[in-house]
Amino acid sequence: MKKQSVKVHYAGGFKNRRQFLKISGLTLASAGVLAACKDDNNDMPTPDPDPETPFDLGEGDLGVLNYAYALEQLEADFYTKVVNSFYSGISDDEKQVLTDLYNHEVNHREFFKAALTAATSGDTDLITPELEFDYGGLDFSDRAQVLGTAKVLEDTGVAAYNGAGYLITNADYLLIAGKIVSVEARHASAIRSLLNPDSADFSGDDVVDGNGLDQALAPSVILAAVAGTGFVKTEFTANKLP
Amino acid sequence: MNIIKFLNQFSTENIQEDKRASRRELFGSFGDIGKNLAMSALPLGLAVAPKKAQARSPKDAVSALQLALTLEYLEDEFYDLALQSGVIPSGSRAEKAYMQISKHEQAHVDFLVAGLTAAGVTPVSKPTFDFTVGGAFDPFNENGVGMDTAYAQLLALAQAFEDTGVRAYKGQAGNLIGTPYITPALQIHSVEARHASEIRRIRGLKGWITGMERGAGMPEATQAVYNGEENYMQGGVDLTSLGSGSPFTMEASSEAYDEALSGDDAVAIASLFIVS
Repeated sequence: MKKQSVKVHYAGGFKNRRQFLKISGLTLASAGVLAACKDDNNDMPTPDPDPETPFDLGEGDLGVLNYAYALEQLEADFYTKVVNSFYSGISDDEKQVLTDLYNHEVNHREFFKAALTAATSGDTDLITPELEFDYGGLDFSDRAQVLGTAKVLEDTGVAAYNGAGYLITNADYLLIAGKIVSVEARHASAIRSLLNPDSADFSGDDVVDGNGLDQALAPSVILAAVAGTGFVKTEFTANKLP
Repeated sequence: MNIIKFLNQFSTENIQEDKRASRRELFGSFGDIGKNLAMSALPLGLAVAPKKAQARSPKDAVSALQLALTLEYLEDEFYDLALQSGVIPSGSRAEKAYMQISKHEQAHVDFLVAGLTAAGVTPVSKPTFDFTVGGAFDPFNENGVGMDTAYAQLLALAQAFEDTGVRAYKGQAGNLIGTPYITPALQIHSVEARHASEIRRIRGLKGWITGMERGAGMPEATQAVYNGEENYMQGGVDLTSLGSGSPFTMEASSEAYDEALSGDDAVAIASLFIVS
């Protein structure tokens, strides 16, 4: 069976492609229709004169770094929105945590940009482009929505790094990924304790299994989940990552 | 296996030598392009790495797991004794945290013992610990230091152990490349970081480490846990030069990345609490 490509190009606010296409007025009776839709309108009589191939993250260490860069772009962009317009009634503790997370994630994003530029000798064709985001109906003035989204983003980041670590062949890259993932886990813990203080949620049974292991998810699973949020407008694929 | 013997062996074992050798091989295999890139941006010139993972020798992987098990024994016993001590206020946030963390540390011990055994290796035996460090501390109020002081020490030690755990696992990741243990080790590593963040926040600190600060109320003896955390160079990139404003200060650039602890340094810290 052909490996399913992961495309992240859904319009903001829609839960998934099916819902998006339904709202677009298309009827989706079968998976066959979905599959046909995959190739951009390949049933059109005239082909697009300038067909755009979405960026593919690539394979190996480069693919993993591009993958991390894409995720860090999302986190950084989200917290930039958060700190530029804090929800009303925010506590000092919450403000400090969210400001720090903004600082850390922007730093991570710019680090990956610099690292990838150095690693590819500046070949931008090989580097994840600057992604565009759209948070649709997400209400940044609502504490529960902001912290709830932050929780998902941080837990996802942890599971993503944990699940991609074994793909890294270079010990230096693995070390850097390790330096970042533990900070993401510290973030996840803090956000969880803001949402549910005085509880075990910081390291909750929903993310840590009976062996005391945090989540580790494959890039395809993570990217499908990211696509599901509808936050990422720029289309890209991860055809060469598991 | 005698724990002290193991730890001594671990400290003196030439793991660094091994690493240098394999790194030389790695560079050698890239030819001129690799060398040029490596010189311009170490270690970031190696993005186009060979597909095949650079498997470490089994000896390195086993040593890494035995060290991890030793640290998990330490944490597991610490939280058990802490919960039994009566020092932690009943029903408090700290008690809930300690119970959850205790559950995880016990699971980590069991998981590592099972993993090593399945690999045909005899797990190191559990050391005898002394959490008073020869009477310097009294975290369980066994020597009558008083509940408030004992509680403060009990939280401070937890912070030191969790922050050490995060750094120690990170330091061993390279030894697990190409082995089936890398993913579970990463999965334990991030759980330790979740623990560290909560303990630090219970103590009124940020969940992350700023510079090399051990944080208010941490005994000076714990400074070894934080030395080196002030790093703001990653992969040859000076993070403070990447932009302006608060995300690129030295503080933020150090907070955003946890640093690794060498096997030697992790052993030195753990050894403070090991009697035999």
